[in-house]
Amino acid sequence: MLATAIRNVTGASVVKIGKVRLDIPPLVENGNTVPMTVSVTSPMTPDDYVKSIHVFNEKNPQPNIGNFYLGPRAGRGQISTRIRLADSQKIVAVAQLSDGSFWQTSVDVVVTLAACTDEVI
Amino acid sequence: MASALINVPAKAKRGEIIEIKTLMSHIMETGYRRTATGDLIPRNIITSFTCRYNGAEIFRADLFPAIAANPFITFFTVATESGKFDFDWIGDSGFTESASAFITVE
Repeated sequence: MLATAIRNVTGASVVKIGKVRLDIPPLVENGNTVPMTVSVTSPMTPDDYVKSIHVFNEKNPQPNIGNFYLGPRAGRGQISTRIRLADSQKIVAVAQLSDGSFWQTSVDVVVTLAACTDEVI
Repeated sequence: MASALINVPAKAKRGEIIEIKTLMSHIMETGYRRTATGDLIPRNIITSFTCRYNGAEIFRADLFPAIAANPFITFFTVATESGKFDFDWIGDSGFTESASAFITVE
């Protein structure tokens, strides 16, 4: 599921390891709100910039977390948000640069209280 | 009901990289939870967020149920000219919300 979701974004391109940095706590107490920052090494000039950042997970009901579209005017290839994690799992961040290349990184996160998908309210 | 919190510096030097922080209050119901009687609670999330700087789109995001309630998104842009930032959130069941912020570039 995770691999398919990444393929949907990257197509047939080779996804290289590196350039992308994913900052997320390795041990999460509450999976309902987990702060996360993705930063991509890029000069962010009109010729060489980060086009988009895509974040995926392994074990939530859906593999996608978010797609973020930047441009040369961003100045810095970095975004932050807060996400939900249903289980201890691997998080993958993929970035597309303006030359069409894809770069990725992954981080394993341990979640002690999951974002309950079957919670009774 | 819904409300936005926007943090944009009021002033910046030309060419400076500024951070923009946005928070929209929204339940972000995943569509995977059930009530006590076993009924699925329908999905109700924000699916799209865009930011325009003097009319030109500088940032856009597609959101999924894995984004936490009250979506908090921060990103950067280069302060090029004085003007206005427009923020738009679009979601399920016809949810739309907008906000704006002004910046003076010296």
